[in-house]
Amino acid sequence: MAAEIIPYGRRTQKAPAVKEVHIVWLTAGLSCDGDSVSVTAAMQPSVEEVVMGAIPGLPKVHLHNPVLAYEVGDDFLKFFYQAEQGLIDPFVLVVEGSIPNEKIKQEGYWAAQGTDPMTGQPITTCEWIDRLAPKAFGVIAIGTCATYGGIHAMEGNPTGAMGLADYLGWNFKSAGGLPIVNVPGCPVQPDNFMETVLYLLYQAAGLAPTIPLDDQLRPTWLFGKTVHEGCDRAGYYEQGDFAEEYGSPKCIVKLGCWGPVVNCNVTKRGWMAGIGGCPNVGGICIGCTMPGFPDKFMPFMDEPPGARVSAGTIGLYGRMIRSLRSITNNTVNKEPKWRHPGTQLTTGYRPRAF
Amino acid sequence: MSTATITQTPAKPRTLVDMNWDPITRIVGSLGIFTKIDFQNREVAHCWSTSSIFRGYSIFMKGKDPRDAHFITSRICGICGDNHATCAMYAQNMAFGIRPPNMAEWIVNLGEAAEYMFDHNIFQDNLVGVDYCEQMVKETNPGVWDKAQRTPAPHAEDHGYKTIGDIMVALNPFSGEFYRETLQVSRYTREMFCLMEGRHVHPSTLYPGGVGTVPTVQLFTDYLVRLMRYVEFMKKVVPLHDDLFDFMYEALPGYEKVGQRRILLGCWGSFQNPDVCDYKYENMNEWGNAMYVTPGVVVDGKLVTTNLVDINLNIRILLGHSYYDDWQTEEKFVDKDPLGNPVDQRHPWNQTTIPRPQKRDFDNNYSWVMCPRWYHEGEAGDKKYLALDTGGGPIARFWATALAGKVDVGYVKATGHSVKIYLPQTATKPEKEFEWHIPKWSNAIERNRARTYFQAYAAACALHFAEQAMKELYAGRTKTFTDFKVPDEAIGCGFHEAVRGVLSHHVVIREGKIANYHPYPPTPWNATPRDIYGTPGPYEDAVQNTPIFEENGPENFKGIDIMRAVRSFDPCLPCGVHMYLGNGKVLETTHSPMFGMVK
Repeated sequence: MAAEIIPYGRRTQKAPAVKEVHIVWLTAGLSCDGDSVSVTAAMQPSVEEVVMGAIPGLPKVHLHNPVLAYEVGDDFLKFFYQAEQGLIDPFVLVVEGSIPNEKIKQEGYWAAQGTDPMTGQPITTCEWIDRLAPKAFGVIAIGTCATYGGIHAMEGNPTGAMGLADYLGWNFKSAGGLPIVNVPGCPVQPDNFMETVLYLLYQAAGLAPTIPLDDQLRPTWLFGKTVHEGCDRAGYYEQGDFAEEYGSPKCIVKLGCWGPVVNCNVTKRGWMAGIGGCPNVGGICIGCTMPGFPDKFMPFMDEPPGARVSAGTIGLYGRMIRSLRSITNNTVNKEPKWRHPGTQLTTGYRPRAF
Repeated sequence: MSTATITQTPAKPRTLVDMNWDPITRIVGSLGIFTKIDFQNREVAHCWSTSSIFRGYSIFMKGKDPRDAHFITSRICGICGDNHATCAMYAQNMAFGIRPPNMAEWIVNLGEAAEYMFDHNIFQDNLVGVDYCEQMVKETNPGVWDKAQRTPAPHAEDHGYKTIGDIMVALNPFSGEFYRETLQVSRYTREMFCLMEGRHVHPSTLYPGGVGTVPTVQLFTDYLVRLMRYVEFMKKVVPLHDDLFDFMYEALPGYEKVGQRRILLGCWGSFQNPDVCDYKYENMNEWGNAMYVTPGVVVDGKLVTTNLVDINLNIRILLGHSYYDDWQTEEKFVDKDPLGNPVDQRHPWNQTTIPRPQKRDFDNNYSWVMCPRWYHEGEAGDKKYLALDTGGGPIARFWATALAGKVDVGYVKATGHSVKIYLPQTATKPEKEFEWHIPKWSNAIERNRARTYFQAYAAACALHFAEQAMKELYAGRTKTFTDFKVPDEAIGCGFHEAVRGVLSHHVVIREGKIANYHPYPPTPWNATPRDIYGTPGPYEDAVQNTPIFEENGPENFKGIDIMRAVRSFDPCLPCGVHMYLGNGKVLETTHSPMFGMVK
């Protein structure tokens, strides 16, 4: 029998440092599940590409997310118990939703998943975090609720909600020696999250160095720029040309857009496949990726206080630049004068043979 | 605590086994289903549904700027947040006294149509579909799987799958071809959505008074080419599901009882007609009836009303077995509606939400979901408070629209007994007309079937909306926003269809701020616990009436028939449902406390 022919190029393929990684996904924070839903929209990479092994170098990935799981009830929860008992190691813990404060009341629960067999009572989300976070290779907070508290942590909220780093401590380190990785957004931009997961999987596979995070624990390559820096309407801003009402294609900073001071790449990346976004398509930036969201941006539809000064200043310069540019624009909108019919050649070429 | 709703005396003596599923997966949000099953008689004797999350929107929205309401309430739901934003915008428009330009309404309609196309598609074939896939059917009903492989699919020519077994294989999660295709379809439909509303699932371009979307030739081109791809896809999807669902009836005689309940359906209407809708409460009946999905309440197969004023005034929020204190003695915000009709203290305008967290106790309070009911004079005594369901949305929308017989835009037409849906020629398929007929039952299979047909309906409506929007564009009417001032004192209400059913937002404004705000999405209607009169919620009674067809015994029971019953309602519980499988411990008495060991 002939020996198996090993393709020459196989030497390019490396076995990952770990064979399998489980992703244990807790959606039972105070959430809307919008981040899980958002992730089903990701295409760079898609969930199925990661799970089915379409990305080279990755370990085999087992995803345990309640929105997509085949299993139900205990069959689903068994992965959470196995993670707690160290039976599925390594695993990445994903936490979705704000973390309620269960200590501010006498009894009952604000958020829970599953039932405790001893008491017959729901197992609180906080308890799941306490059980799983210290054992995880890495912990990702997905969406602004889990990262910084978000909408459910708004002033006047009854649950005392907060972000995961507020709950576990900003100096928390996972079993893999990593800080919490925050991927904010309300909801998370689909590809931002999947790309972060991909990075951590590369890291677990021994193919990438430690994930670079800023002081708010965000991946630096995703959140290092402002909305304004990536906005295709920033040209209007530069020219001091501001929209007076919604539906205008101009810069909407006077209508409530916080883009100039918000860390987010949505204007560069779009929402899906480069389509959609916020100020680039006429939606004011309400700062939904930020630790100060939502309170520091409300009322959303008022002009941000800082914008009045900067937009006013740019107004003078911008108007002048705009009028100069309109002169030039007028010029470049005309073809050079030698393009014409008739018997004369006026291009500057002096024919010798005709 | 109420007792089982099963009316006939069981043939064999009852032995009840606790079977619980918590969390129920492949839905949005957290839901637990706790049951007592009688395996001898193959019935579910009792069912409780519970939700495990409380966030408190009605509390933290107080005192906020009413213009922020749509941005905030979008965050209620992570799969149909835009339905909330839209509904909030409708309520704002009423409260602020504004009418957006027609172009804005067509853009919102196109966005919302894309939401239905996306959401029903991903739920049907990536979440519900798994309950009918090869892997699941093999595990729960090997006999059905055998038959499926031998049963030719009647519409094989339309969808390309020779047997029912082939369809089931295609539905397997991730490895199934149709499963992966629908995931991809869920993406380009969301791109269509993003074209109109900016971002999925919390839109960026909606405002009271209109939209920020810039209507251009490119905007509509980008939308239309994707829409036509979806139209073509529908010509395969509708017959595929008809084949699958008809097979279930054939393979398991009596399957119509799974998830069956009395026909008590509510639909609050969808897609405004900008020529009629001025958002004035006084004209609400008129513009409600001009919607492209007709609002209505259907009781025992009869259309009781299509008047949004009636629908509004008869909404009642009962406390039920949930973790809240009563507000009967709290402030009454709205005494009379703008037409002078009295408004009940238990109406959302007058509700005060007072959470009281406590231990879960199935004999007492066991859920964070309240009990919305619809007050109907036509019933006797305590029965006046109807536990309407939405059937996951489409079945109620079709039922009300069909009976009302008002909608006719060519692409779709309500006939009085059915709804016709016309899909024009596409790249590889000729024109096709589907017709949804009023079914014999309100049950799991018919809820699912209606979902598929509604996907086609939304696409057909979108063709009409796109034509209208482009007419405006070509005529140069591209304004998308009407300016306004927030009044010091006002009330407003919005009615819409979230993907999975009725949606209402009620706002009271005082001193220019939100004084009271109560949204009622579909799932509180469907997932309510028993109310103060002991009436179970729709999930509860639909499951309690469900016979068990699964071939497994208590040892390896999956509860597939219960799952199919519950999922047919398209649960979406960022306000609540988990299912939990106990180990089949036989109970001594039917009233012993909840028991269920984690395996």
